[in-house]
Amino acid sequence: MTVPVEYVIALSGVLFVLGVLGVLVRRNAIVMFMSVELMLNAANLAFIAFARARLALSGQVFVFFVIAVAAAEVAVGLALLVSIFRSRHSIDVDQVSSLKG
Amino acid sequence: MSPADLAPISALLIVALWAIALLIVDLFVHRKGATALIAAAGLLFALSVLILRPGSPQTVFGGMIVADTYARFLQGVFLLTGLAAIAVAHDYLSRMGIERGEYYPLLLFTISGMMLMSLAGDLIVVFVALELLSLPLYVLAGFARPRPESEESAMKYFLLGAFASGFLVYGIALVFGATGTTNLAGVAAELSGGAGLLRVGAILVLVGLGFKVAAVPFHMWTPDVYQGAPSAVVAFMSVGAKAGGFAALLRVFIAALPDLAAAWAPLTIALAALTMAWGNIAAIVQGNIKRMLAYSSIAHAGYIFMALPAASLPAVAPGAVSAALFYLFAYLFSNLGAWAVVVAVERMEGGGLQIDDYAGLSRRRPGLALAMALFMLSLTGLPPTVGFVAKFFIFRAALDAGQLGLAVVGVVTSVISAYYYLRVVVVMYMRSGEPETRSEGWLNATIGVTALATFVFGILPGPILTLAENSAILGVLR
Repeated sequence: MTVPVEYVIALSGVLFVLGVLGVLVRRNAIVMFMSVELMLNAANLAFIAFARARLALSGQVFVFFVIAVAAAEVAVGLALLVSIFRSRHSIDVDQVSSLKG
Repeated sequence: MSPADLAPISALLIVALWAIALLIVDLFVHRKGATALIAAAGLLFALSVLILRPGSPQTVFGGMIVADTYARFLQGVFLLTGLAAIAVAHDYLSRMGIERGEYYPLLLFTISGMMLMSLAGDLIVVFVALELLSLPLYVLAGFARPRPESEESAMKYFLLGAFASGFLVYGIALVFGATGTTNLAGVAAELSGGAGLLRVGAILVLVGLGFKVAAVPFHMWTPDVYQGAPSAVVAFMSVGAKAGGFAALLRVFIAALPDLAAAWAPLTIALAALTMAWGNIAAIVQGNIKRMLAYSSIAHAGYIFMALPAASLPAVAPGAVSAALFYLFAYLFSNLGAWAVVVAVERMEGGGLQIDDYAGLSRRRPGLALAMALFMLSLTGLPPTVGFVAKFFIFRAALDAGQLGLAVVGVVTSVISAYYYLRVVVVMYMRSGEPETRSEGWLNATIGVTALATFVFGILPGPILTLAENSAILGVLR
């Protein structure tokens, strides 16, 4: 029994929307970043599903690229957040807001 | 892949390998001025290879890379931006006490990302190039740590940049789902199946890249990031990141989605009009010169955006793309020059960043004030500067495409922009004050060269216009 591709795409759409909402609603920078990861993984799921439905391998190749880039993003992002936490003792984005105009 | 594939991307390879080597070399160099010189030498080397070994336009790496004249023109813009950025940065970094050797390798990495962006023939390459462009820029924005503003700017840039990549990747996933390929030429050939899916995908890609070029309503990060990041970094990214984003936008939408133009053209018209209007209106009330220039850069993204709907008509497309290329070239000089003046007037601890701090500049540094006045005129779009020529051709492209309304919005917002650009000139020349400025060889040279280019290309735009026209045929793809 195979799961129809529409179901998988629907799931990935739900995950993507959850990720977007997470970034917009949550105020903790780490949680916002986790939500971004959720968006990327929703895209990965869609790639895999489409790659299987269309028998096109390039979709699976793309997933590897996304995973690698996401790892690089984590390295840079967590380093930034740790550096901010050290100087401010908070990573709440509402408290890190001295720049306004 | 064959060794012959490497020749068309030799300039990109030089920059990327040079950056890796520089990371190691920097460990043994104690005077960071030497690192800056080595980095500049690498960019000059890449630029000379780019100019002296043109090669015929071709598609390599199995369609992943399209090395056409469009890519060559943009690569030249990126390399020039990088050279100017290094000249501006060296003295600034040591003066602000943030002289660290990683600066130059990071700069070279992000330039290699921009160059890859212009060469992209596949959505995978667009994505990888976008990240290669962005990740070093996040670090550079936070380069003045532990200064809180710089850290905050890096965090905001990072979170919203990653958010934008999420949209881009999901958009690419849907485009892949609709067409079964990520190759730009392949997408253009496969437009039949699943038009709805493709449409949503194209919109998400537009959102993702719109963030990068700071188009309204995806511009929220720009003022904060530009204000908080070190000025020398902003000088670079306001030109480089924007040109990189447009390199991908033009290529993806014109080369891969031409048959979908009826769907994206109205959207891009709305985006362009909104961006021009909001960027210029919000800039009026800014007292901080960095924020003012940030909104100005949003507004200019709107002007360049005008090329996209115009290019949706095949007959106008070459003219529109060449207008956009020329605009990016003009923007490189006028905007980088303006930021270089900001660097010269900025003092420690965030002093000298208000527009009022420019009072009396014409008495103390007549040359600097004259150059700044020229940059402001050019950004407004008044003759005899290169900004005027750039705006003229971009408006003409909109008129050729029958988008009279958009052209009118462009002209009206340009008039509005005169208010805040010329206010800087008025403050410099009419009010008295004692500004403290920095005078350093490389910085002065950058300001001098950019001012000269702003003026000379304003009077004699011919050669660059011809070059832009020859570069506007999106190569092998169309």
